[in-house]
Amino acid sequence: MERNPMRRQLAIMRQSLFDQGHVDEQFVQLEELQDDANPNFVEEVVTLYYRDSARIILNIEQALERKPFDFRKLDAYMHQFKGSSSSIGAKKVKAESTLFREYCKSGNGEGCMRSFQQLKKEYATLRKKLGAYFQLARQAGPVETASRPK
Amino acid sequence: MELMKSENIVQDRQPQPQEEEEIMQQEEEEEQRFHVLAVDDSVIDRKLLEKLLKASSYQVTCVESGEKALEYLGLLHHSSPASSSSQHHHQGHKVNLIMTDFSMPGTSGYDLLKRIKGSSWKDVPVVVMSSENVPSRISIRCLEGGAEEFMLKPLQLSDLHKIQAHLLKSLPHS
Repeated sequence: MERNPMRRQLAIMRQSLFDQGHVDEQFVQLEELQDDANPNFVEEVVTLYYRDSARIILNIEQALERKPFDFRKLDAYMHQFKGSSSSIGAKKVKAESTLFREYCKSGNGEGCMRSFQQLKKEYATLRKKLGAYFQLARQAGPVETASRPK
Repeated sequence: MELMKSENIVQDRQPQPQEEEEIMQQEEEEEQRFHVLAVDDSVIDRKLLEKLLKASSYQVTCVESGEKALEYLGLLHHSSPASSSSQHHHQGHKVNLIMTDFSMPGTSGYDLLKRIKGSSWKDVPVVVMSSENVPSRISIRCLEGGAEEFMLKPLQLSDLHKIQAHLLKSLPHS
């Protein structure tokens, strides 16, 4: 059947997201909340995350352009960002957020800037990978319609 | 003109007795379901919490701030609303459980907790949530302030049994 290779490919893609450490157990929680009533729930949440967090990323970027750094503000922004990232199971992004906050707490401006660059990389990588994953998921379609007659 | 007239007739049609019964049944069923008021400034966390709670067939109302929660509860301008007929019914709202994020701009989760416990909603169980391991003095402060529990976000399906336990506490004693 045509759909099976796609589903296999999808499963491989999904496994690699976990194996490469991009997502954690929380992502599984999102999957478990997905049902027939909300068949694209995970994609919806991730889309919402990227839309909502874009604002925070911008705020941090702007805050890093103002010297001297307001570490309290930077930390507050990152607390918010970390929370959202954690809620979707974005493992690497979350780890980088934690690092950034530690640099804030120790007033290490250089560390903040380095960490933020790395964070943006992970954030972009995850977006690409999840984008490809959801696209394939849509193509693979729900298992039930596979045998529907024309 | 004729067409509009008949449209109006369709719209103003009184529900048939059978439909009326169905509507009443639906409303009764909704009345029987637990209603959770969820307060969180994060749009992601609101969406997740709503889905989680709806997965247990609870009714959910999500608000984005402590202020909005106070407004919903009718506590925004008065310290205590007019007397109500039953424990958890005010303003036409029934609330069986309030779940609030701890760190929110403006009215914090703790502020909200204190306002609720100092009002006629004081018997509604309140759960405080936080996205990080807060120092124990903070979680203790919330518990002393009347919170049932301090829970770590993101909440998981496995946390639902704890939520159900708090909701069952809210049932009136026979």
